[in-house]
Amino acid sequence: MSIQSQNKRTNTVLVIFLSVLAILFLSPILVVLVNSFKSKLFISNEPFSFPNPDTFAGSENYVSGSQKIKFFNAFGYSLFITVFAVIGISLVTSMLAWYLTRVKSKFTSFAYYLLVFSMIVPFQMVMFTMSKTANMLHLDNPVGIIVLYIGFGAGLGTFMFSGFIKSIPISLEEAAMIDGAGPVKTFFLIVYPMLKSTAITVAILNTMWVWNDYLLPYLTIGTEYKTIPVAIQYLRGGYGAVDMGAMMAMLVLAMIPIILFYIFAQKYIIRGVVAGAVKG
Amino acid sequence: MQKSIQKYFVLFALPGLLCFAIAFLVPMVMGVVLSFFKFSTVTDGTFIALENYRRIFINDDFTSALWFTVQFTIVSVITINMGAFFLSLLLTREVKGTNLFRTIFFMPNLIGGIVLGWIWQVIINGVLLKSGVTIVSDPKYGFWGLIVLMNWQNIGYMMVIYIAGIQNIPHDLIEAAQIDGAGKLTMLKSVILPSIMPAITICSFLTLTNGFKLFDQNLALTAGDPGKQTEMLALNIFNTFYGRSGFEGVGQAKAVLFTILVAIIALTQLRLTRSKEVEA
Repeated sequence: MSIQSQNKRTNTVLVIFLSVLAILFLSPILVVLVNSFKSKLFISNEPFSFPNPDTFAGSENYVSGSQKIKFFNAFGYSLFITVFAVIGISLVTSMLAWYLTRVKSKFTSFAYYLLVFSMIVPFQMVMFTMSKTANMLHLDNPVGIIVLYIGFGAGLGTFMFSGFIKSIPISLEEAAMIDGAGPVKTFFLIVYPMLKSTAITVAILNTMWVWNDYLLPYLTIGTEYKTIPVAIQYLRGGYGAVDMGAMMAMLVLAMIPIILFYIFAQKYIIRGVVAGAVKG
Repeated sequence: MQKSIQKYFVLFALPGLLCFAIAFLVPMVMGVVLSFFKFSTVTDGTFIALENYRRIFINDDFTSALWFTVQFTIVSVITINMGAFFLSLLLTREVKGTNLFRTIFFMPNLIGGIVLGWIWQVIINGVLLKSGVTIVSDPKYGFWGLIVLMNWQNIGYMMVIYIAGIQNIPHDLIEAAQIDGAGKLTMLKSVILPSIMPAITICSFLTLTNGFKLFDQNLALTAGDPGKQTEMLALNIFNTFYGRSGFEGVGQAKAVLFTILVAIIALTQLRLTRSKEVEA
């Protein structure tokens, strides 16, 4: 047997193996999708069977679930918070990173290390005092929470932007300033356009974080404004049994926006993750 | 140039630093201070020195959560990284559909922890149905359920980082090794592994800190049941704070210990694997 045909055969085996694995990877999502159309009594009894005329529930779970947790309000809050938090983080941390990198003093390097340190501190360290502070400053609403997200996102954002800014020659900025451009013009016309790829990475990583975040919105705005993860967990309710029908339907609705986002931005997401990891 | 930028402190640095102070810095300092106080809101404390720290160990729920977390983190770091590395080796061979497989394996990573927890609760309960038990019947189901969940979520993420690492190995290095007659195992041990040390550093760092700080998945999958036996550190701290009043100080003291622990682990790990990078 020639080496080539041997290679071909191992490749076929490999493709089959990977295909089986891919199906296994997708199956949990399919199980949830199938179960979302079964009436709730049958979900825990026969989770791996397809709906039949007895068990089929139509859109019942979707209707009752989205009424119970006001899913579409939750979607609105999640979308609003994610979009503005991500824009805010990208803008604010890129400016901060530029300032901290270009102005060399004890204060700026101290601030930089503090920001980097904040990345490894677990949220439980600050959650109680932070939610009280947010409450006192009236940041416990969908607009105020953006301030908190910028604060928690400041570490990663500043770290990644200043990693890139350190690599661009300062002479470009000096030339612009000698030509009479002030710092504002220099930043927005010269520096900011160069930060585009880092900005995409920062935006992707923060979108994945903010959209899926549970504890921060739960503790600060959770009673009045439920984002999607908070609303889903709310289905668990007090001590009663969980309505698994509504749960399945809401899990499907929660995953649709993520999967659409992934389909459209896949290239950027994977690239962003790799870039974020390399710089991290 | 530095001086003219400095004049714009209020525009460039202040917004970011202010958000950072509100969300992180002030709550962090308050948290450390309050861990030496008895309090129920943040303004009514009485100084009790180390009493909160002593009360952590009155019962063994903190130490058992620590032990559960350590076991979980060790197993998940090993399984996720081995699985991800194995897949990255397969997907860097020239087989059909590599991109599609990569896309599928990465996808679970975009789904948030709460949603993931509920998806896997249904699947695991379905699998256990035949034996007439559920995921909260025995802590070992919760443990391995959490391991499977985290592998499903994280393998794809780590895989794309390893793939990038493998693709960056210079071709002539591999060719030279082949000419020298290196077998597959030697190739793996002496060429591939040393060249992707940076990827190993970052992947083990991410899986280690993710595992140690895990919260959402733990809450949605088992919520610590049965009887706190699958409760991880982050959830234990959360329950101490909000479970019943009078224990806020103990929760805060636990959070301080938790932060110190995470910082030590993160820094030790970075130093350890970074030192291997230099050798390689």
